[in-house]
Amino acid sequence: MQTSPIHFVDSSPLVALIGNPNCGKTAIFNLLTGSHQKVANYSGVTVERKEGKITQDAGTSLRILDLPGVYSLYPRSLDERVTHDVLKGIAAGEKKPDVAVCVVDATNLRRTLRLALAVQRLGVPCVLALNMCDLAQKRGIHIDPQALSAALEMPVISTIGIEPQGVQALKAFLVDELNKDHFQSLVEQSQEVHKKLHISAQKDTDKIQAILSQLGLDELTPDPISDRIDQWVLHPIWGSLILGCVLFVVFQSVFVLANAPMQLIKDLSTASGEFLGAFVPIELLRSLLVDGLIAGVGGVLVFLPQILILFFFILILEESGYLPRAAYLLDRMMGSVGLSGRSFIPLLSSFACAIPGIMATRTISNTRDRWVTILISPLMTCSARLPVYTLLISSFIAERSMVLGMSLRGLVLFGLYALGILGAMLVAWLLKILTQEGQLVRPLMMELPNYHWPTVHNVGIGLWQRAKIFLNRVGGVILILTLALWFLATFPIPPEGFEGVPIEHSFAGYIGHALSHVFEPIGFNWQISVALIPGMAAREVVVGALGTVYAIASNTSNASTELGSLLANTWSLPTALSLLVWFVFAPQCLSTIATVKRETGGWKLPSIMLAYLFGLAYLASWLTYHVSLSLGW
Amino acid sequence: MSESSNPQFLDRLGAKKPARVVRVNALAHALPVARQLEEIGFIPGERVQVLSKALFGGDPMVVRVGVSTFALRRAEAQLIEIAPEH
Repeated sequence: MQTSPIHFVDSSPLVALIGNPNCGKTAIFNLLTGSHQKVANYSGVTVERKEGKITQDAGTSLRILDLPGVYSLYPRSLDERVTHDVLKGIAAGEKKPDVAVCVVDATNLRRTLRLALAVQRLGVPCVLALNMCDLAQKRGIHIDPQALSAALEMPVISTIGIEPQGVQALKAFLVDELNKDHFQSLVEQSQEVHKKLHISAQKDTDKIQAILSQLGLDELTPDPISDRIDQWVLHPIWGSLILGCVLFVVFQSVFVLANAPMQLIKDLSTASGEFLGAFVPIELLRSLLVDGLIAGVGGVLVFLPQILILFFFILILEESGYLPRAAYLLDRMMGSVGLSGRSFIPLLSSFACAIPGIMATRTISNTRDRWVTILISPLMTCSARLPVYTLLISSFIAERSMVLGMSLRGLVLFGLYALGILGAMLVAWLLKILTQEGQLVRPLMMELPNYHWPTVHNVGIGLWQRAKIFLNRVGGVILILTLALWFLATFPIPPEGFEGVPIEHSFAGYIGHALSHVFEPIGFNWQISVALIPGMAAREVVVGALGTVYAIASNTSNASTELGSLLANTWSLPTALSLLVWFVFAPQCLSTIATVKRETGGWKLPSIMLAYLFGLAYLASWLTYHVSLSLGW
Repeated sequence: MSESSNPQFLDRLGAKKPARVVRVNALAHALPVARQLEEIGFIPGERVQVLSKALFGGDPMVVRVGVSTFALRRAEAQLIEIAPEH
């Protein structure tokens, strides 16, 4: 994903898909274009730009652009501005679409037709895609496409966004019109309509009302199934209980299901390291390839299973329509710290990894809320912290069973998760009471769409896109950072007969020694300070780095157990607790900072984030260290 | 009904009581929120109903307008003038 301007040399005709959020526009886009999609950003803004292609046998091809879902063309939010600018042909680096396909929800024409009229008023040739016509039929809403087409003065095509064959008619129509006269008749029709169309949007309501009465579609028929489900799901008490269960199942599955693939990736990276190591005779090159490249990239890649499993659930919850309801149920709680329920989804993703979480904040239209959500997302315990937590907890916390059959170790782990969430709420609350903007009540206005069965096709495409984005990042920023850190930890090479471990003589060693003065008050020795530096690539690398500093061969299978017992003998309990707390808060991950910089388009927010996380981590660790020292632990 | 002398607003409407939108508060019309409310369907004459309210004070609440369902905070619901139907 890049933010650089996109210049297309492709001269094929451009069809833009436009519609309200939740009208099934993206499902139609997926069906029209299959997996031939390019995901990028619009020039200069972090609004996701999705383009695909329809290719016919005759060699004609059509580009399809999936515009952001909007309720109107009044340019207020980022999404609306992009949609408005693209349709007017004034967006930077974008061609004016030749045809706009307005996707409307056939079960809710009264609201969704308004956007179609607004597009028509812009003078763009339009086609109406009457989506979810199967659901409308089932609910007894009988729409006559011909009559609707005559009333609106634009072609109307019925579509079913959840059936593989549901967009064939639309596809055929677009290709036919292109082959017939290059959309000329659509252009003429739109010019004809444009001439006599009123300027004021105020009259649209009356016009739609007139059309609906004329077609006998005046009855309101809400979805009875959704209403019945919502009686439970939105219930103040049952709803919260259901949400709790859903989250519990999601998290359990993420950890249980990800175990095997994660182990596989770890084994593969160790094996390929050993394999490659045997072939490369030069010591330094071997170190670069094995310790730098394979260990570094493997160390980040290992989170892919957890990220994909978490996103699998998020996509299913999103497609089914449950996620906005979860956001509604949590809105009160989030509101008490100055956020809205919309921040829930990014924060949930951050439990796998802050990077997709930060990217998911794009759905938050209020800039202030988006920035606060980005600032607190690293406080959600991401999966990279788990190896460190596991090592320290198993070395320092006795296995003891507590009340209700819970183990002390489990409770400590739970406490670390809770500490991160509490820290995040505290920071958001402080930002609420300390900033003027934080005290304003911001609108929620979130649509709760009807429930739908998620389709394999859409979930599959969504997952594939997440995987691609993550892998691109591993190949880009993360790779460069990993190599830079390998360089710092390797050079200068210690002279012959150097007494200590090699890393001590490197730049990382110098920096670590210098840092140990800073970290001494919170109980860290120089070994920890040195190990923290390579850990900036990915937190879990710290475990390996500690092994390196304590000169334990890291390729033996029981290195972790060996390291654990060594640490238990050399560190005090306050030091270990202080380090655990440090990992809850500290800005340990350079890729996160790089993502924040890219998403916010400047260094302001990443600098604030670095400073406050460092301060918070230092304070919390200092307190932990000194309180536990004074307790005589 | 004397709507003009004693206007009622959506935030005070009881759950599952049918009503119709009279208008989005004219005083609030300068706010972008008011315009957004109209865009999502709170237009004069449209049917509204409160489906569910959060515990302790009903903020946020779930509102049916036309056939769409929206979650609104009380501050937004306060801007919508309604007339209960009997």
